[in-house]
Amino acid sequence: MPTGITSNELWLIAPELIITLFACLALVVDIVAGRGRGRWTALFCLTGIGFALISTGILYSEHHGSERAAFYRMVAVDDYAIFFKFLFLIAAALTILISVRYLDVERHQSGEFYALIMFAVLGMMFMASGTDLLSLYVSLELMAIAVYVLVGYLRNDRKSNEAAIKYFLLGAFSSGIMLYGISLFYGAAASTNLSDISAAVVELTAEGQPMRYLLLIALVLMAAGMCFKIAAVPFHMWAPDAYEGAPTPVTAFMSVAVKAASFAMFTRIFLDGFGAMRYLPGGLPGWALILGIAAAVTITWGNIAATTQKNVKRLLAYSSIGHAGYLLLGLVAGNRTGYTGILIYLLVYTFMNLGAWTVIIALRREGIAGDEVEDLNGLVHKAPALAVFMLVFLLALAGIPPTAGFIGKYYIFLALIEAGSVESNPWMYALAVLAVLMTAVAIYYYYTIVKAMFLTDSDAKIAVEPTRVQWSVAAAAFVLTIGMGVLPQFFINRSVEAARRFQVYPQRPQAAPTPARSTAPQTGQLRQRDNGTNEN
Amino acid sequence: MEILFILFAAIAVAGALNVILQRNPIYSAIGLIVTLCALAGLFLTLAAQFIAAIQIIVYAGAIMVLFVFVIMLLNIREEESKIDRQRYLKWLAAPLFVALLAEVYFVIRVVSYDPKPLPAQGAVPPGQILGTVESIGNAMFTTYLLPFEATSVLILMAIVGSMLLARRERTVSEVTIVTAEQIEAAQLEREDEAHETETVGAGH
Repeated sequence: MPTGITSNELWLIAPELIITLFACLALVVDIVAGRGRGRWTALFCLTGIGFALISTGILYSEHHGSERAAFYRMVAVDDYAIFFKFLFLIAAALTILISVRYLDVERHQSGEFYALIMFAVLGMMFMASGTDLLSLYVSLELMAIAVYVLVGYLRNDRKSNEAAIKYFLLGAFSSGIMLYGISLFYGAAASTNLSDISAAVVELTAEGQPMRYLLLIALVLMAAGMCFKIAAVPFHMWAPDAYEGAPTPVTAFMSVAVKAASFAMFTRIFLDGFGAMRYLPGGLPGWALILGIAAAVTITWGNIAATTQKNVKRLLAYSSIGHAGYLLLGLVAGNRTGYTGILIYLLVYTFMNLGAWTVIIALRREGIAGDEVEDLNGLVHKAPALAVFMLVFLLALAGIPPTAGFIGKYYIFLALIEAGSVESNPWMYALAVLAVLMTAVAIYYYYTIVKAMFLTDSDAKIAVEPTRVQWSVAAAAFVLTIGMGVLPQFFINRSVEAARRFQVYPQRPQAAPTPARSTAPQTGQLRQRDNGTNEN
Repeated sequence: MEILFILFAAIAVAGALNVILQRNPIYSAIGLIVTLCALAGLFLTLAAQFIAAIQIIVYAGAIMVLFVFVIMLLNIREEESKIDRQRYLKWLAAPLFVALLAEVYFVIRVVSYDPKPLPAQGAVPPGQILGTVESIGNAMFTTYLLPFEATSVLILMAIVGSMLLARRERTVSEVTIVTAEQIEAAQLEREDEAHETETVGAGH
């Protein structure tokens, strides 16, 4: 054990340190700048994010392809963590950009808003790089508490208050469930470190071990806690209310960055920690089955419930529940294509979804909520560029080529089909078919927005005047959504790199023992599994 | 040891049930105190004496006082009226008092003042004795430094967030106060005016 913490380790968490520093100083800047001058704080926070992006870039060039553990294996700097750090920082920067005008309109301009976004990003960055259940949990709470406050930010708005209370109570409840799962894993494995847990789990879940039932309960509790955070059915109840009531930039931030961070943590815990529990020997369900059912229900419910919504915020909330289901499928597939799929999906989802929210925010004017589907009527006449942007974002969300959304869905479906053929598991094909069918449902409800924008005339003669910043953010998201769809190779390469660290975990017991694969630890895992099956 | 575990665990579960089953929030709070004390006992059986003490001081002491304070401030009358129903409690009070006296007497008479020698220090290196302040401090500032510092940022952020949500909004509250006063002033003025017009009318 090293005797202390070296400066090199501090350097490894430099982006986080920069964000912490700027978040704390933002509170001071807010006081110095005076009341109602929130945009100075916004600018200050953007500078901080800029520095953090630069230092993340330096870390990427220095440690590309390697994995460095720091702070007694509490965090690790690897391509996976760096991928997500870029994603969170960019999402936060765009959120701050689209918030400034919105808060002016709401007459709630204050610097704390931006500071809280910075604190949330800090939590997210540690969520992506944490390798210990303890550090992961603390960073999850760091993110979650900041977002609870942001959801309730509009104090005089009853909807915002209600959303915050709902989100907070259910969030606290889910944290409790997850902590219970963590404590059971700690009790069984005598460590909170993911690699220690993964080593212990292999032995403890073997047939005839009394601990395996306990671990199964712990696994279910962890899965339930994480499904709350990503708003997967049946733990999605908070999402439509919280998304609707929150200030729209916060909704955008939640549906993009918070979701990505929760997935970063989810994937890391389930692959690095509980990978061996993907299938359990002796007739117990592993997480492939549990998450598979959750994903199927989530995709179905999220997409079907979205068809009945009249409010754009609720509609996009249900659509984001559906997207969480697609992302879960990448985990269920359990192969490298699936892991890559999660990353590329989250990346493209960030831009297309943030873009769609930016258009909604641009419609927000004083006195008019602008978030009913009818408010989009005749948008093509009022602001043709915004309408075209929105059309592309919606096509991307539905997964239609050549937009970026297609790449994400393509990888997820491909992963399922690969998993189906490698494991000779017909259920994987069934999941893929269901996912494609539900994409068709998604096209229906996205079309209601398109119809309102292009085919319905509006009676109201109110001009839509997006600010230059809002327009630029929407345009940037538009360029990236098209660009990633047409020239995806750069982004695919980054995702493949980031996903490379995860092993492919044991296959279904019925499948013929697969020959040992490339890396050493993997063969060890496979052998363990094979022993388990031979005992049957 | 196992008997102790079962005893404390049973008390903890009973206290927790009490928290949710009682109709009076004060009794719920007392149930929570019982649970927290039982948890402290469980920590003791795990050789975590420092955490046990902290559990009592911070949770059962400070935080519960705040809880009770808030409950009293909220002043939930409907629930309080149900106190009368639990008359049997006062019959429990006397035996408990006697038991407490007996306990104090027992402690004074029986417990000797001679401190027993501590176990030889050489047997276990000081860093590895569980549950002491040193070992916890050691772990907190080495292995768990990062979560510890992250928690401190979390608490700072929570303070900022609660201030943001609870702070009186200056503009809005000023407007409301002023309007309340203005209404009164306006009413007075109106009355005065009415009076004046009356007198003027009478003058004409």
